[in-house]
Amino acid sequence: MSMIEATGVHVRFGDRVVLESVDLAVAEGEFHGVMGPNGAGKTTFFNVLTGRVKPSRGAIRLGGEDVTGLSVHRIAAKGVARSFQIMTLFDEFSASDNVMMGLPEFRARGLDLAHAAAGNRQFAAKASEGLAAVGLAEKADVRAKDLSYGDRRALEIAVALAQEPRVLCLDEPTSGLGSDGVQRLTALVARLKGKLTIVAIEHDMEFLFSLADRISVIHWGQVVARGTPHELQQNEWVRRSNLGRFA
Amino acid sequence: MIAAPTNSPDAARLVTPAMLVLWLVLATVPLWIARVGLYPYLGIEILIWSLYALAFNLVLGTAGLPSFGHGAYFGIGAYAFGLCQFDVVANLWICLAAAAVAAGLAGALVALFISHRRGIYYAFMTIAFGQIFWTLAIKSHRLTGGEDGLLKIRRLPADFGFVSFDLNDNVAFYYFVLIVFAIGIAGLWRLVHSPYGRVIAAIRQSEIRAAHLGYNVWLHKASIFALSAAVSGFAGGLFAMAQLAAFPDVMSLHQSGYVVMMTLVGGGLVSFWGPVVGVFLFLTARDVIGALTNAWMLYFGLLFMAIVLFRPEGIAGAVSAALHQHSLGALRERGNSAMRLLFGGGR
Repeated sequence: MSMIEATGVHVRFGDRVVLESVDLAVAEGEFHGVMGPNGAGKTTFFNVLTGRVKPSRGAIRLGGEDVTGLSVHRIAAKGVARSFQIMTLFDEFSASDNVMMGLPEFRARGLDLAHAAAGNRQFAAKASEGLAAVGLAEKADVRAKDLSYGDRRALEIAVALAQEPRVLCLDEPTSGLGSDGVQRLTALVARLKGKLTIVAIEHDMEFLFSLADRISVIHWGQVVARGTPHELQQNEWVRRSNLGRFA
Repeated sequence: MIAAPTNSPDAARLVTPAMLVLWLVLATVPLWIARVGLYPYLGIEILIWSLYALAFNLVLGTAGLPSFGHGAYFGIGAYAFGLCQFDVVANLWICLAAAAVAAGLAGALVALFISHRRGIYYAFMTIAFGQIFWTLAIKSHRLTGGEDGLLKIRRLPADFGFVSFDLNDNVAFYYFVLIVFAIGIAGLWRLVHSPYGRVIAAIRQSEIRAAHLGYNVWLHKASIFALSAAVSGFAGGLFAMAQLAAFPDVMSLHQSGYVVMMTLVGGGLVSFWGPVVGVFLFLTARDVIGALTNAWMLYFGLLFMAIVLFRPEGIAGAVSAALHQHSLGALRERGNSAMRLLFGGGR
C-alpha cells in the first residue's frame, strides 16, 4: 500500500486548468522527486497533497485513508509535514522554540492556558535533539530571523521532522543555497532517506538524481514522465527538454 | 515580554518580580495621590482601563489582529453588570461573571464571522460589529436607557460569606479593584506564556506555518478574540461599578480608538506591560494636560502619530531595552514588523 497517493487530481483556478488527472503513488520509505519547468503546477500539486488547495476532482489518500478536502491542520496532524519554497518560520522565536512548536506533544497542549510553556524539560530535550540532527545545536537560542540562509533551510527541516511525520514534502529545499549549503542539505536528506517517505520538488537535478528512488516530471499540469533516475535519463521527452541537459 | 523565549525564567512564573513591584507601588497610591494634586478615582480608572487594555492586547499584540471595535465588549460588560443586578440578582460575583460571559458570548459571535480574516479586512469587520453593538445600545431604550445610559448601578458589597466589604468608598473600591487587577494580570501573564499563548504568538508570525504544524488557526483566532472580549467585559463590569452607571459612549468608535492608542503608545506590540504604561500616560495626560487646555487630545494624538511613525516599540519597549540591555534596534524592528503584520495581512 502506498503511504501517500494522489488519484486523478484535477485543479482549476477560474478558466485555467492547473493540474489535470495527476496520479502519484509513493511507497513507504520512498524518496520521490518531482521536477518540471516553472509554472508546471508542481507547487500547486504540493498544496493539494497538504490540504492548502482542494482539488476540483480526484482523491488524496494517506496510508490508505481518504484525506481529500481535509483542512491543512488536520492533514498535518495526520502526519504530513512540509517545507516551503519561500521559507516560512516563526521569525521572532528562537530556533529551539520553532522546533518545539512542531512537536506533537506540544501540539496536543495547544489549548492549554493553565501551565507555562517554559521550563518543560521534555520539550526542551526533544527540541535540542531536533536541532542537533540538522547541525544547529549551537544555535538553539538564536532567533530564526537572525540565522543564515542555509541555517534557516536546515531549521525548516528540523521543524518538519519534529512533527514526526509519515510524509515529508520538501518544496525546492536547495533553492537559494550555495554549493556548501547544498552539500550539507544533501547529506542531511540522505540520512533521512528510507526512514520516512519523502516527496521533493527540486530544480537541482544533481540533488534529485543522487537521492530520489523515482522521479515524476510534471509539465502543463500533467505527469509527462515517471521512473527511476536512470529510466528518466533515457526518457525521450526528458532528453529533448531543457531538463534533460541536467539529467 | 510577550515573545520571551520559553527558557526565560519569568515566562515560567505566575508572579514575576516586576508584578510584585507594580502591586506594591499601586498599593500605596491612596496614601499619596491627593498630595500630587490627583484623586483616588483616577487610580480606579487606571486599574480598570489597564485590565481592559491588557485584554485588548491579547488580540492586538499577542495575536497580531487589529480589532478597532473593542469598546463594544467593554460596554456590553458594563450593561450586563447593571442589568444583572437590576433584573437577576444583586450579587457582586454573579454580576461580574455575567459581565464577562455576556461580553465573551458577543465576542464569540463576532469571532465566528471574522476569524478567517486578518489585516485590513479583519480591522474593518471589527469596526462594523462594534458599530452594530453601539447602535443597539443607543436604540434599545428600554433595556439600556438609550443615550442617557443605564443609571443607578450600585457598587455591590464584596461578600465572602463570613465577611462582607462595603465598596462605596473610593479607597475601599480602589483596593478591591487592585486585588482583581493583580489576579487578572497574573492570569493574563500565564495565558500569554502558556502553550496556548505561544501558539497564538506563532499564528501572529505565520498562519500558514502554524496550520502546517497541525494547529487549528481559526479556532485559536476565534478563541483568543472571545477570551479578550470576556476579560474586556469583566473590566466593563468594574467600570459600571466605578461610574455607578453604564453609558453607550464607551462602545463608540472613538472610544474604541482610545484603547488602541493607549496600547500602541505604551508599547503593547513588544511588551506585556505596554498597555498598562499607555493607560497610565493617557489618563494622567487627560487630567494633567486637560486641566491646562481642552485640546489635550491634540497633543496626545501627536504623540500617538510620533510613536507609530518613529517608535513602534512604544514607551515600554524603550524602557525594556534600557533595563534589560536589549538592542533598541531589535525591539524597534519587532515593533515595525508587528505593524506590518497587523495591517499588511500577514502570512
